[in-house]
Amino acid sequence: MSPSPRIILDEKQLNIIIQRLCRQLIETHDHFKDSVIIGLQPRGVFLARRIHYQLGKITGNPNIPYGDLDVTFYRDDFRKKDLVPNKTNIDFIIEDRNVVLIDDVLFTGRTIRAGLDAMMAFGRPADVELLVLIDRRYSRNVPIQAKYIGQTIDSVASEKVKVDWKETEGQDRVWLLTNEETKAGIA
Amino acid sequence: MTKLRTRHLLGIKDLCLEDIELIFSTADNFKEVINRPIKKVPSLRDITIANLFFENSTRTRLSFELAEKRLSADVINFSASGSSVKKGETLIDTVNNILAMKVDMVVMRHANPGAALFLSKHVNAKIVNAGDGAHEHPTQALLDAYSIREKLGKVAGKKVAIIGDILHSRVALSNIFCLQKLGAEVMVCGPRTLMPKYISGLQVKVEHDLQKALAWCDVANMLRIQMERQDIKYFPSLREYSMQYGLDKQRLDALDKEIVIMHPGPINRGVEITSEVADSAQSIILDQVENGVAIRMAVLYLLAGRSEN
Repeated sequence: MSPSPRIILDEKQLNIIIQRLCRQLIETHDHFKDSVIIGLQPRGVFLARRIHYQLGKITGNPNIPYGDLDVTFYRDDFRKKDLVPNKTNIDFIIEDRNVVLIDDVLFTGRTIRAGLDAMMAFGRPADVELLVLIDRRYSRNVPIQAKYIGQTIDSVASEKVKVDWKETEGQDRVWLLTNEETKAGIA
Repeated sequence: MTKLRTRHLLGIKDLCLEDIELIFSTADNFKEVINRPIKKVPSLRDITIANLFFENSTRTRLSFELAEKRLSADVINFSASGSSVKKGETLIDTVNNILAMKVDMVVMRHANPGAALFLSKHVNAKIVNAGDGAHEHPTQALLDAYSIREKLGKVAGKKVAIIGDILHSRVALSNIFCLQKLGAEVMVCGPRTLMPKYISGLQVKVEHDLQKALAWCDVANMLRIQMERQDIKYFPSLREYSMQYGLDKQRLDALDKEIVIMHPGPINRGVEITSEVADSAQSIILDQVENGVAIRMAVLYLLAGRSEN
């Protein structure tokens, strides 16, 4: 018998993590004078928007440049599956800026690879950092590491990490699901 | 929906509403891409596309070529003049020779109706119809409807008048199919001699009085008189045609509303439309051209990316 689907983070834990990540960002980015925040579509934007909002509250500067970036056209699995693009909304140039790239789960690293490519269409950044909520260790296909990590987990490739957000699923939480549970649509 | 129902784009007739909406939503994304500092994405970097133009074209050909290049595809261009077509090579032989050079997609314009369909049955490549005789010109209809959607918010429920040489126009036929699928009301307007016989079977309103058509519509799509396809005289003179069916400022001023003016190009200024109207704020002719690139990128992307399983 397989174990029941595990909730690895609930709403309270998630909020604490977001607060911590914000403070870590402030530590290195000071007043965000030359920094911008970019959330990766489709699922990274929810985390990124919250972090952007919290940073605004903590620093007193709600005008830190923020954008949503879709990486579909830069993916390497084009034609392997049908990919539907999402909206990119970046109304600033990232030339010489410090970019904080934000996604929910870091798994194979391929999405981030595509994200780095996609980002370059908006200029040459001075520095790029990666922030993720969940880092799935030992599963990388490309050499990419996050600088800010919400939680690191060890999981096997057949498992799936699912991040639910209030905006889409009605509740904030993070699940670790087995292959069968994913197929059965549990959680 | 995540992929098109069809493997080729031969005509609007083969598309369903969901296909058209998928093309539009994808085009929204590409419209954002072509307004970036770097207007190019690497999606089709391993695809080679042949543009085969057996008939003259400026806009469509440039638009397709630009769309292909913005998607990072490799592009080869072919025009019938100066090719072996003149020496008597058949269409299938020409295309198969090109495909032997490992081409993945073919964009073709041809003077014969059904040429794209014919090709799709006989060669192993994805075919995009860029106009086949007086039959269909699907990407033009898509970009026209997309431009209406952009300007008026939606297409459903809008009244669109297609005015001019309906008989020789592939734009008219594709537009009628596309607009009807999207829920718009369509009227065609022009002299009786330039109305095709089949028009009664298409559930469109037919009008011969330009002023009445203008008073009815939200959007007027002005078509060019296709002199090159007219083997006989369909009207006494261009001057007379222009007097009866030419759109000028006086006619627009006589309306109690502001209508959107479209034209697929090339414009015969002073014949079907005056310069004053073509360059006015009501005209979205240049938006159509810009949207054409986004729509063609969407079509090529969706066809090339279509997983076959």
